[in-house]
Amino acid sequence: MPKVTIDGVTVEVEPGTTILNAARKIGGDLVPPAMCYYSKLQGSGGKCRVCLVEISKGSDANPNPMPKLQASCCTPIMDGMEVKNMTSPKVQDMRKGVVEFLLMNHPLDCPICDQAGECDLQNLGYNYGVEGTRYKEERRTFDKIDIGDKIQLHMTRCILCYRCTYVADQLTPKRVHGIMNRGDAAEISTYIQNAVDNEMSGNMIDVCPVGALTDKTFRFKSRVWFLKPFDAHRDCKTCCGKTTVWSFGNEIYRVTARKDVYHEVESDANGKPEFICNECRFEKKSMNDWTIEGPRKMEGWSVINQGKYMKNTSRVEIDGDVRLLTGRVEDRKKISMNGTNTKEQVLSDGK
Amino acid sequence: MTTEFKSISLSGRKKDVSNKDMTFMEKLYLPAIAKGMGITLRHFFKPKVTIQYPEVKREFSPVYRGRHILMRDENGAERCTACGLCALSCPAEAITMTSGERKKGEENLYREEKYASTYEINMLRCIFCGLCEEACPKEAIFLTQDMPPADYQREGFIYGKEKLVMKNEQ
Repeated sequence: MPKVTIDGVTVEVEPGTTILNAARKIGGDLVPPAMCYYSKLQGSGGKCRVCLVEISKGSDANPNPMPKLQASCCTPIMDGMEVKNMTSPKVQDMRKGVVEFLLMNHPLDCPICDQAGECDLQNLGYNYGVEGTRYKEERRTFDKIDIGDKIQLHMTRCILCYRCTYVADQLTPKRVHGIMNRGDAAEISTYIQNAVDNEMSGNMIDVCPVGALTDKTFRFKSRVWFLKPFDAHRDCKTCCGKTTVWSFGNEIYRVTARKDVYHEVESDANGKPEFICNECRFEKKSMNDWTIEGPRKMEGWSVINQGKYMKNTSRVEIDGDVRLLTGRVEDRKKISMNGTNTKEQVLSDGK
Repeated sequence: MTTEFKSISLSGRKKDVSNKDMTFMEKLYLPAIAKGMGITLRHFFKPKVTIQYPEVKREFSPVYRGRHILMRDENGAERCTACGLCALSCPAEAITMTSGERKKGEENLYREEKYASTYEINMLRCIFCGLCEEACPKEAIFLTQDMPPADYQREGFIYGKEKLVMKNEQ
C-alpha cells in the first residue's frame, strides 16, 4: 500500500485516498480544515480552498515538489508523497488569506446567528483569521427566504460550499433547489420560491458549515452552548432514528444528527451515514418520544464545551496521599514526629 | 495530684490579673472620670469619619462598578440582541434571558432582528465583576456608578428589563 508522510507522520493508506482522508486517518492537529468537503456526500470538495496543503515531494517516482498548493480534499496520494500542513508557513499564510476571502461577504452577525458556537467558519476564523477586516466595499445582501415551513435560508451567510445541493441530489429523489446565477451574484435558491418538503431535506441544516440554513423550529430559542446534548434514539420507519437531542431542563429545544470530530454525520457499523428524517428532527420535541442513551461527548475544542471539564484524568498522578502522610522534614521535627521517618516507612505503617 | 501550670504567653501580650487593694486616689474615681471625659471632649473637635448618607454621597472611583444598564442606540432602539455571551461569561450565573424575533414595525424599538424579550439579573448573585460588560459584542450592557438600592423582599433584587433598560429620553 502507498505510504504518505504528512507533517512528518507516515501513514499507509489505500491507493486513491485523498490527502485529507489520509490526514484524518492520523488525526489530531495536522488535519487540514474543510468547509466544503463532506466525506458522506459524493462529489463534494474542491470549492472552499481552505484545505490547501504544500506538497514538498510529489512521490518516490517523481520527487519534485508541486509548484502550487494543492487542495487536499481532492488530491489523491502517491507513494512516498510528503505533505506539509501545519509545518508550512506558506500554508498558514494562505489559509489566513482564504479565511479573509470567505469572510468578505459574511455579515458577521454571530450574536444573532443560531449556528454560532458550532459554526465551522467561526472556528476557522478564530484559528486562522485576523481580527479586523480590510474590506471597505458594501457586502452583498439578500433577503431571508423560507424554504418550506421548517427551514430558513440566510443567503448572506452562505459561503457557497454546495453541500446542501449534494444532500438534495443524493438523499432525496428530486432536487428542488440549487445554485442560481453566477459569480458574485450566485445564490442558493429554490426555483420560483418553491418549498423544499422532502422528508430528508432537513439534513441540509446539518451539513451547512455556516448558519445559512437553519432550523426554524429552533430559531432564536436559545444559544447552543446553553443546551445539554444527549444521545437519543427512537423507532423510526424512514431513518435510523439515532440522534442528538439538545435540551434545557426537561425541554428538548432541537434535534440534530450525531456529528463526529469533523462535524460530519456519524456512520453506523456498516459505514452507512446516519442521516435523520424531518419527523425526528422537527416534530419529536418531547422527552417521551426519545430513549436517552447518555450525554453526548463533544470534541475538546468546541465552544460548546466552554466551562466544562474535558480533561483526560487517566494520566494525572496524584501524590497528595504521600505528601500528606510524610510532610516536610522540618515540619515533622516541629511537631516532634519522628524526624527520620522516610516516605516508605510511613506508607508501610499506614497499611 | 496537682498539676503545675506555667504561665506562658504565646502572644506576648498576656497580663497577670492581681487583686491588690486600690489607693485612696483611685477609690475617689474622680481623676479617672476626668480623664475619660477629656477623651470624649477631644473627639468633639476631631474631623468626622461618617457622612449623612442619602443627602451626602461619597465620591466613587471612576472605575467603580455598580448596577447594570442596558443601553439604547442613538435612535432609542435597544442594543441587546440576546446573544447570551454575558450570561456565559458571568461567573455567578446571575444573568438569564430569553430572546424574541423582531416583528415588522418594531424597528425603532430593537436595533437588530433578534432582541431580548426578557432579561433578568439577580442582584443578590451578581458580584459586580464587570465581565458581562467586557463580553458584550454589541456594547449593550454597562455597569453604572449607582448602587442597587436596598429592598425588603428577595424578589425585588431580580432586576428585569423595566429596571435595567435605559430610560428613553423624550
